[in-house]
Amino acid sequence: MNRENGRLWKNFPESLKRSYWNQVKKIREISEIIEGKVLCCQNMLDHNIEHAFASDLMSDVLTVEKSNLLLITGLANTQTIRTAEMSDISCIIFARNKKVGSEIVSLAEETGIIIMESSFSVFRISGELYKAGIKPVF
Amino acid sequence: MQFKYKLEGGDFTNAGNASSAVKKILRQLNVDSAIIKRIVVALYEAEVNIVAHAYSGIIDVNIDENKLYICLEDKGPGIPDIEKAMEEGYSTASSKVREMGFGAGMGLANIKRNADRFLISSETGKGTKVELFHNLKQNAE
Repeated sequence: MNRENGRLWKNFPESLKRSYWNQVKKIREISEIIEGKVLCCQNMLDHNIEHAFASDLMSDVLTVEKSNLLLITGLANTQTIRTAEMSDISCIIFARNKKVGSEIVSLAEETGIIIMESSFSVFRISGELYKAGIKPVF
Repeated sequence: MQFKYKLEGGDFTNAGNASSAVKKILRQLNVDSAIIKRIVVALYEAEVNIVAHAYSGIIDVNIDENKLYICLEDKGPGIPDIEKAMEEGYSTASSKVREMGFGAGMGLANIKRNADRFLISSETGKGTKVELFHNLKQNAE
């Protein structure tokens, strides 16, 4: 949905519009909030994210039924990317400066998953994004 | 259409390649994305299981207009007690597998949840066979 266009959207009360946009963040805004460095797929920075999930356990990630998710994790290996690919996760944040190797970056680029590094902990990233209006899955 | 993929036990670098290839094929066939997700999550869990537990394995994927049948057969230690292995939380995974983010004892239950029909049989000391059945059209029963 475009922010400005659409007759229906224009007739919405301002307070409702504000509360909607408070719950959806562009990946670009998310990267600013968590001081993240985007490592690939820069063309996806304008995608919207509504829900996030934090886990180092890929088996757990694979049970999440929602799509277009953001994943916050400390586990940086190629299976993190494969898990995201199978689960339709569009963005991954690697917390606490985990070393993200070139193999991981190229697999993410190839599968169209945007990845970011942040020096913040999983707890802090989760807290900041929750405060910014991103919703939990469970 | 039929596709075959070979798996090597312990080869975590290539684990997921087969599931990724199947996902691309299903996308090209315009299968609904929610159905694709169920299929590839079940397949990926089963693929990781072979890499994590077996010595080698073969994935056979058969696609016709409305149905998908996947057979994963491995040479490996087998599962002595399938009922126990199906219990959530029960795992025999090595620490290497756990380091990769798996081995929490959730895989088989998640495969069952994401398959329309799921069959498993195993012979101790020989190997395990997992079969997945999916409808590719939402209202096809």
